[in-house]
Amino acid sequence: MSSAGTLHGDAAARDPHTPLPTLDRPDDYLHAQSTLRSWFLTTDHKRIALLYLASITAFFVIGAVAAGFVRLALVVPDGAIMTNDTYNKAFTIHGVVMVWFFLIPSIPATFGNFLIPLMIGAKDLAFPKLNLTSWYIFMTGALFTLVAVVLGGVDTGWTFYAPLSTAFSNTWVLPALIGVTIVGFSSILTGLNFVVTIHTMRAPGMTWFRLPIFVWTHYATSLIFLLATPVITLALILLIAERAFHVGVFDPAYGGDPVLFQHLFWFYSHPAVYIMVLPGMGVISEIVPAFAQKKLFGYRFVAYAAIGLASVTFFVWGHHMFVNGQSDLASLAFSALSFAVAVPSAVKVYNWTATIHKGSLRLDTPMLYAMGYIGLFVLGGLTGLYLATLAINQHIHATYFVVAHFHYIMVGGTVLAFLGGLHFWWPKITGRMYSEPWGRISALFIFIGFNVTFFPQFILGYLGMPRRYATYPPEFQLLNVLSSAGSTILAAGYLFPMVYLVYSLWFGRRASANPWDAKGLEWETASPPPPHNFAGVPQVPKVPYDYPIQAPETGSHHT
Amino acid sequence: MKAQSALALWPPAASATAVETDHIILGFTVLTLLLTVPVFLAITYFALRYRQGEQADRSTDERRSFLIEISWMLIPYVLTLFFFGWGAKLFIASRHPPPDAMVVEAVGRQWMWKFQHPTGQSEINDLHLPVDQPVRIRITSQDVIHALYLPALRLQIAALPDRTTEIWFKADRTGTYRLYCSEYCGTDHSVMDGNLTLMTQAEYQEWLTHGGAQQSNLAAGRVIYESYGCAGCHDGAVVGVKAPSLVGLYGRPVHLADGRTLTADADYIRAKILNPNENRLAGDGEGEGGGQGGGKGSGKGGYKQVMPSFRGVIPADDLDRLVGYLKAYDRVAEGAPR
Repeated sequence: MSSAGTLHGDAAARDPHTPLPTLDRPDDYLHAQSTLRSWFLTTDHKRIALLYLASITAFFVIGAVAAGFVRLALVVPDGAIMTNDTYNKAFTIHGVVMVWFFLIPSIPATFGNFLIPLMIGAKDLAFPKLNLTSWYIFMTGALFTLVAVVLGGVDTGWTFYAPLSTAFSNTWVLPALIGVTIVGFSSILTGLNFVVTIHTMRAPGMTWFRLPIFVWTHYATSLIFLLATPVITLALILLIAERAFHVGVFDPAYGGDPVLFQHLFWFYSHPAVYIMVLPGMGVISEIVPAFAQKKLFGYRFVAYAAIGLASVTFFVWGHHMFVNGQSDLASLAFSALSFAVAVPSAVKVYNWTATIHKGSLRLDTPMLYAMGYIGLFVLGGLTGLYLATLAINQHIHATYFVVAHFHYIMVGGTVLAFLGGLHFWWPKITGRMYSEPWGRISALFIFIGFNVTFFPQFILGYLGMPRRYATYPPEFQLLNVLSSAGSTILAAGYLFPMVYLVYSLWFGRRASANPWDAKGLEWETASPPPPHNFAGVPQVPKVPYDYPIQAPETGSHHT
Repeated sequence: MKAQSALALWPPAASATAVETDHIILGFTVLTLLLTVPVFLAITYFALRYRQGEQADRSTDERRSFLIEISWMLIPYVLTLFFFGWGAKLFIASRHPPPDAMVVEAVGRQWMWKFQHPTGQSEINDLHLPVDQPVRIRITSQDVIHALYLPALRLQIAALPDRTTEIWFKADRTGTYRLYCSEYCGTDHSVMDGNLTLMTQAEYQEWLTHGGAQQSNLAAGRVIYESYGCAGCHDGAVVGVKAPSLVGLYGRPVHLADGRTLTADADYIRAKILNPNENRLAGDGEGEGGGQGGGKGSGKGGYKQVMPSFRGVIPADDLDRLVGYLKAYDRVAEGAPR
């Protein structure tokens, strides 16, 4: 949905419930100003969040269309539908756009931007102009990458492995690399903004252990933005230098080492998985207590688990290179360390389950997404342990098993959390209620479509079908057709919200300040909030998640 | 060719290591089910049992839940560690070949595999090996990163430029299995595949001595024709470069720039590949020297000599395959890429 274009001005003007809009203009952040300039030069974190929401939705559509091409090509085994080059460009565009321009900014840049100041009782982020700057940096990087796509595409895969990317590919690698390099700076600045904001802008009484888990997970994510992104920026600059100026770093022809690029790449790109997953965990940790009307079980453990995940994730990158000429000792160490990721992940899952226990549940759309998220994240996480097992990895590395695994984490995790959060905070963001029946139907479509698309890929991978194959042996066709069929169900599930959410902007019921009876400061201000969020400075005298049903205290006093 | 059904649900296993890998993943799957099914059932049950409006006991226990937290934090982790150990043990074993292993040299390049047997025979894309004999594959790449993947043995290893990596295995089941490149390597990545044929020792010796390596020479020649870039110009795939078609060339007379006429026999073709600047064709661009610029045709259907020399680039056995292929190359469609 192109929210930025449709939200301003017109929303109020065409609202049947709001007569004489010019005389009775609401003074919330959406309507306080309505010029184009007031959107594109805004420093309001809420409006910047909407700029991001519109941009990443556009990129999601581009990435999804590319995925459609990939699934279309794979309906037949012999590559009769598109040439190998077209297929290779389709999966590269899908990966580059989805990872760098949708998944990484998705939840932090939209909900993080919108909610962190509201949740901690602040007027805005610490550096509002820097916040707007990071959106412009993001769009500049996106422009370069789109130029690469329009000129003819890129065929290196989103991983840009050297020397394929530096010496052998004849496609538009340089503009794509420059785009991805630039977009990293927007991540770094957003991370910096969040860290400073969470440290310095909390309202009186908002102690660290009164912060919602959403803020904790965004704090952890911001640390990864700050510590990991510079590494990929440097690695990509070296890649650009090698491709453009033959500076020998990775290509053995110039005395370089191609495995070095893989180390640098995954030193960022594995933590990047947690840039995608941690904010999603934050969203789920808000939705589950609200729809169970029960205090989050094990608050401190869940908060520490976020920091734990953000730490452990820096020590596992070598599990991407077990069969790439890495030393046996390194492989053993990285395998063992990767298993440790199971600890904080289990903490999250079991605590959410325990929160549902003896709650008072409403199975509205956000909660359906949250429950789907838990199921898919558990499967995605445990199959990650399969891949971390050295002997199994020797077989399923670079097969469809990997493709299935990371889609369970990234779509099952990030996208479901994103959609759950979008429905949960939609009334707060827009002041409107969406259609609940349509919400539930599309949640169901997405859950079923996703599993039909990606579960067969686990089997394909174990059978030995390598990933990134434009053609494949005929014995794999049945499962591939099943997977492609599932993707049409998934596509329908994605299309519905684009329609009914946009529809609700004009025709949706007006939302109250707190339609879900949820706890948290963002629900104590109007929907949509006024430009400066709160009438006065909020005071925070209480613990987080003080829902009617209380969970037992966890350990904090007696450990 | 393959005795595999349209829907296989488990890949064939051709070694004890492959079978043990299957045991690890089956064991891990049992543990996964033990860990996840209760969670899924619990979520579903709680969602129904404790729905808003349902009568249910919602009193909470006042006891501290620290023990619960520690137990669900650590018990699944400790259980999975068993599989870390098992997997690591098998992995390390597969990294240390026994001293009596026969050594096969493998080279990956865009987009073909070449395997060299210890007795000197080589083959393209296909690999014939004996069972009940430890085999060590030493592997490298001539261009980008590739990876040799042998699913029936549950093994793969990267082929890195300028470096040698290796794997070893001892197969114990004869048959024909798939062989792939599993590291994305550009346009024809998915075509860089072939068959792994596992045979008894006697069959393998028979294959080595009775020219088994010759059997697939035409197909292998086509792979080389494409891999060394011949097809790009001579089949007209590269825009802006015009080179004479080689279809039906073998045995035909060729008119040279100096007025002589030669027959395009094997020696002529071989010489032209190794030294394209000798024996200029009548239509070649004159005096400019080879290898410059766009290579547009220089009027009257002539060709500019831009072809580089392949001396020192193409190994002798691959040159033989290429010449053999060109001898039989009488229709473009034959063996041409899709």
